[in-house]
Amino acid sequence: MIADSKPRGRERQRMKRMRIPIALVVALIIAGGPYFVPAAPAATVGPVTDPVGVVKIAKGAPLTIAYWMVVAGPDASLGTDTKRGVEIAIDDRGGKLLGHPIKLIGEDTGCNAEGGQTAATKLAANKAIVAAIGSNCSSEAVPGAPILWKAGIVTVSPSNTAPKLTAADRGPTYDGYLRTAHNDKVQGRVAAEFAWKVLKVKKAATIHDGSPYAEGLQGVFAEVFKKLGGTITAQEAIGPTDTDMRPMLTKIAAGKPELIYYPIFIAAGGFITRQAKEVSGLPQAKLMGADGMFSPDFMKAAGESAVGMYHSSPDLSPEALGPAYKTFLDKHQKKYGEKPLAPFHPHAYDAAKMIFAAVEKVAKKDAAGNTYIGRKALRDALFATKNFKGLTGTLTCDKYGDCADPKIAVYQTLSADPAKWDPGKNPKKVYP
Amino acid sequence: MRRFSVVDLYLWAFRIVVLMVVVWGMIGTIMARRYPGDVWIDFVVFGMSQGSIYALIALGYTMVYGILRMINFAHGEVFMSGAYTGYFVAAAFGRSGYLDRNPVVSLLVVLAVAMITSTAIALLLERVAYRPLRRSPRLVPLIAAIGASFFLQYTFRGFFGSGFQAYPEAQMLKGTWVIAGIGILRTQAVVLVASVLMMLGLYAFVMRTKTGTAMRAVSEDREAAALMGIDVDRAIVIAFAVGASMAGAAGFLYAIVFKQVHFFMGFVPGIKAFTAAVLGGIGNIPGAMLGGLFLGLFESVGPILFLEGLGIVAPYQLKDVIAFTMLVMVLIFRPSGIMGERLVAKKA
Amino acid sequence: MRRQPWIAAAQKGLIWGGVAVFLALVGMVETFAGRQIVVGVISLGLALPVLTAVVAGYQGAQGHPGGAPGAFLARGALGGAAVGTVVSGLVVLGTFVNMRSMFVSASPTMFETLSFGRGVSGIPLVLLGAAAVGAVGAAASLLSPGVRRPLVTALAWTLGIGLFQELLQILLHAEGTRTAVRELLFVEDGLSMRGATIVFALAWGATAGWARRGGAVRQWHGRLSAPRQRVLRLSSLGAAVALLLLVPLGGGLFLSQVLVLVGLFALLGLGLNIVVGFAGLLDLGYVAFFAIGAYTVGLLTSVGEHGIIGLSFWAAVPVAVAVSLVAGVLLGVPVLGIRGDYLAIATLGFGEIIRILVLSDFLRPWLGGSQGVLGIPKPMIGGFEFRGPEQLFYLTLASCALVIFIAMRLRDSRLGRAWMAVREDEDVAEAMGINLVNVKLMAFAMGAAFGGLSGAIFAVMLGSIFPHSFQLLISINVLALIIVGGMGSMPGVIVGSLFLVGMPELLREFAEYRFLIYGASLVLMMQLRPEGLWPAAALRRELHAAEEMGPSGRAEAAAGSGRPLEE
Repeated sequence: MIADSKPRGRERQRMKRMRIPIALVVALIIAGGPYFVPAAPAATVGPVTDPVGVVKIAKGAPLTIAYWMVVAGPDASLGTDTKRGVEIAIDDRGGKLLGHPIKLIGEDTGCNAEGGQTAATKLAANKAIVAAIGSNCSSEAVPGAPILWKAGIVTVSPSNTAPKLTAADRGPTYDGYLRTAHNDKVQGRVAAEFAWKVLKVKKAATIHDGSPYAEGLQGVFAEVFKKLGGTITAQEAIGPTDTDMRPMLTKIAAGKPELIYYPIFIAAGGFITRQAKEVSGLPQAKLMGADGMFSPDFMKAAGESAVGMYHSSPDLSPEALGPAYKTFLDKHQKKYGEKPLAPFHPHAYDAAKMIFAAVEKVAKKDAAGNTYIGRKALRDALFATKNFKGLTGTLTCDKYGDCADPKIAVYQTLSADPAKWDPGKNPKKVYP
Repeated sequence: MRRFSVVDLYLWAFRIVVLMVVVWGMIGTIMARRYPGDVWIDFVVFGMSQGSIYALIALGYTMVYGILRMINFAHGEVFMSGAYTGYFVAAAFGRSGYLDRNPVVSLLVVLAVAMITSTAIALLLERVAYRPLRRSPRLVPLIAAIGASFFLQYTFRGFFGSGFQAYPEAQMLKGTWVIAGIGILRTQAVVLVASVLMMLGLYAFVMRTKTGTAMRAVSEDREAAALMGIDVDRAIVIAFAVGASMAGAAGFLYAIVFKQVHFFMGFVPGIKAFTAAVLGGIGNIPGAMLGGLFLGLFESVGPILFLEGLGIVAPYQLKDVIAFTMLVMVLIFRPSGIMGERLVAKKA
Repeated sequence: MRRQPWIAAAQKGLIWGGVAVFLALVGMVETFAGRQIVVGVISLGLALPVLTAVVAGYQGAQGHPGGAPGAFLARGALGGAAVGTVVSGLVVLGTFVNMRSMFVSASPTMFETLSFGRGVSGIPLVLLGAAAVGAVGAAASLLSPGVRRPLVTALAWTLGIGLFQELLQILLHAEGTRTAVRELLFVEDGLSMRGATIVFALAWGATAGWARRGGAVRQWHGRLSAPRQRVLRLSSLGAAVALLLLVPLGGGLFLSQVLVLVGLFALLGLGLNIVVGFAGLLDLGYVAFFAIGAYTVGLLTSVGEHGIIGLSFWAAVPVAVAVSLVAGVLLGVPVLGIRGDYLAIATLGFGEIIRILVLSDFLRPWLGGSQGVLGIPKPMIGGFEFRGPEQLFYLTLASCALVIFIAMRLRDSRLGRAWMAVREDEDVAEAMGINLVNVKLMAFAMGAAFGGLSGAIFAVMLGSIFPHSFQLLISINVLALIIVGGMGSMPGVIVGSLFLVGMPELLREFAEYRFLIYGASLVLMMQLRPEGLWPAAALRRELHAAEEMGPSGRAEAAAGSGRPLEE
């Protein structure tokens, strides 16, 4: 544009003038280059040698644990819930581990893939992080977990349930990923077996809300149920923000199912539970949900209609766990002034406790009181977790990172009063 | 575009394809005979009751739009705030047992609280966020409204937590009434009747009263109205207040039907109500009502009627596709909504 | 109706006291009580109410210029004390009534923070402190601008560095000079007292120095010959570009990731800017093209279950852009005759339709439904793999540069002028012989193509795509960023995406309050700078011409700001 209006002879002069900026750029690159070379992770620090890296924590300095969960946006209750589980686990230790105060830092993930990636990237840049807890939504973990592991940070998810995350073919980039949430495969199977063997229903319908969790779970249920000899009359789907489920339920009613399985979340689950009673042709159908809405909050959302419905969920009954969960709930109420918001707080609590135990196992101290934690060693210790007593059961990790206690129970709600929430008695454990 | 061009060809193809899908689907569904007649009536009734809630929220959108030519994106949050604060009163009544002893009085009190909160919040919004922008280009207040929408949502979240709250159930509203052989849930009947009454009242207010006339004048031409001695500010404030009180009432009715309240509950109904307002012709009061009912009806009946016959799995997941396709179809045939003729000439 | 200055000061104080109570009840005071700004001195949780008292004092004293300095300070103190009173009221209420059954944030910890850990007996201290802080605020307005400006700037810098300490500490976490700087300024949880003093002094010195010498520098610059000025400009531009190129090396993983996101949103913004900013067609469903681009690349390149042919990224990108472009036309045709807000809701509908379709069980066998498309390989050139954000940064930067170039040429072309004409008045434009159909469709198509390109990079950035990434929120965010940046202005798009995408990402430590702050700043932005942060030059000229014509209705309709621009 400028050249058009200028005589040709000036062209060379212009080139000459350009030399200064070019030289400047070159100088900057040369000056900056060596300075910006990232340091390679040291293999040996203090008394610890580790192929991936070593975290050194100076005496009295905090030991950093990170969360990456969805604590903002419309799905915030999921992440807030799990974050509180972690916070209570820290409180239970008096906020200290190996003499260091535990520092919890974290990132919001937004329940989408890019949020998970950004959060993981930020955590990966922080060399002080010993281990991470997260993510919440499976779509966050898919891009996020490899980034963390590349930085040597092992992460334990309290609420990812998608089977592919711990499948045998997940690849080495997921080597640093474990979960205390149970794989959809386990829960879907138990639910289907219960429906077929105990309830003796022959026809069932399923509903999901488009989340990978619900979609996966109902898929497993339908598959197993059909294999057992049952009929799936409809596999419907709704949006998580839908409110009026009655037209959809009316459609389901036309197939005359004896059971509706809807492993979704509290809001939409509450609507379905209430409205199923209002649709002609459905009041006699049995209703069944999953752990996504196994909480006192759901009783509030569904009201009296919840009475009689079934839930598949990890075994939280006192027979299985002792009174631990009840104590946990009391602490929660005292600390936050409200009941748990979603079902995965015990999984988060367990994830934190598992990490603490593994850190205690592998950490070494030197004479000056500094602590050293080998990253690979920590990862291996976590994967070696065996018969670990947690809130959600006895945890044992397999070599692909599935740690959840595969003991899934089915409960029946007797009273919809959230104050009478006492898993085992109400909702009453009916299977196995 | 007078000659028959490629674009026209495409548009006709588009219409024909949609029409064929619809007809094909309908034939498929009807031939399958899965649903007897009374089930169809159920679909219609469910759709109407959802639609009347959309309609009530849409009335507020339309009021504000009609007078200010501004999309009040935060209207859904105004709706939410009414429903949410109403909950605290309703819960208190429920705990003390007053709700069952004196249901009519307590429900009216809850309604009043909801309407007052919504109105107060909308007026505050108008004063703080919108009034300084009245002379700005049209997108500026839209962005401010989007910001206000986020702000209100997360304020409520910060105040009252991110969990759900559930309205107590009034015994009086449980069960069904049978009207002309059709069983209608009591809550639905209440919502239907209330929304029609409110719409009529609003229409009478705008068409018959002096203030309403002033508002219509401002809507036609603000400068001219000001020259004729009309207090423009007052007319605008009243439009906001009336629209917001409708949203508050809608929040209350929503809570009666669906029970749950949540800080995010206003967003989706807000968008749907906006759609309904545009469908009926934005700025037009009976249009908003009609648009809301249409939208509710299509969401309820559409997936079964059009999609199931085509063998599409999980048709209810696609109900918004039907709703928005219908919207586009209506706008193609009538570019300013079903009843929005008045606005065609104006640069909307 | 002149109110007494004292009453006005008290009123201001009460209003700001309300703000302080709001901040407390919304949970910020408690959550941020643990966020140290200057370790051991002040936390963010306490800084917020203190700031409200400062502002109350400042504003309370402001309203009525003149009068003795003593009265000035006293009015400030009154304003501050009013804030203190309101806060004390909250403390009393919270101590004797259980507010928690309604307000979840009204926890004992919060009241402790507000009353310096003393409960009700701390109230005299609160009142006294607030009054003192208010007086300080008032005193600030007494200072001469030469002192005040550096003071405020220095305080802002200290506060800012205290806020971003986590990020800065991460950046400075390498051996050598950086660690030395870090240890000089920071301790574990934030700025140390020493660090705060250093930052404050440096910022003060720089601002004061510039205030004194700035004029001279500008004069020197003005005296230079035109070619020399150009050299200077070019070299500073070159330095800026060089710095930008070095960001991934120096800034590390996270900053690169944020900048990639900013770049992707800038691409979206540049595309939507053509549709909304140039042609004036309000599009609320722009995310549709983002999704179409992402899914096209995902399906064409994926080595996973849903991959079709396993193309390379470079072969798939042109396809993705072309598919988006065609989609832009196909979706554009039905809405050609629809105007204004009707168009907004129709396009919003398209955005939702696309999202629901990719999510649906119906199309699941081909598009993966809610489980998404996995296994999208990273792009390669020769042996160089665009592995992570540090490498993808360059790809994004190059795409942005390309798109800016194309958009600039388009804007200055015949088509660009036609777009502007359509934006100003559709009917007149048609009367002048502009083919509305072609012009509008071109706008939709170009916008869609840019959106598709952004989506393509997004897909490889993640390596997997899920329908949940394509919410309505993206469309809203993109629209907001081009308006915050300045409608129709291309530098504005960049500034807008830095501000609306970059800032929230960097302020992740505010996690739960991100959207609250985002919303509040959108509202504030629109009040303070409705024309945007970097308005288009043409628009600025237009507006000034319009102002000379007089305040007629026509001038306001000219798509610019109704307010005079401050130059």
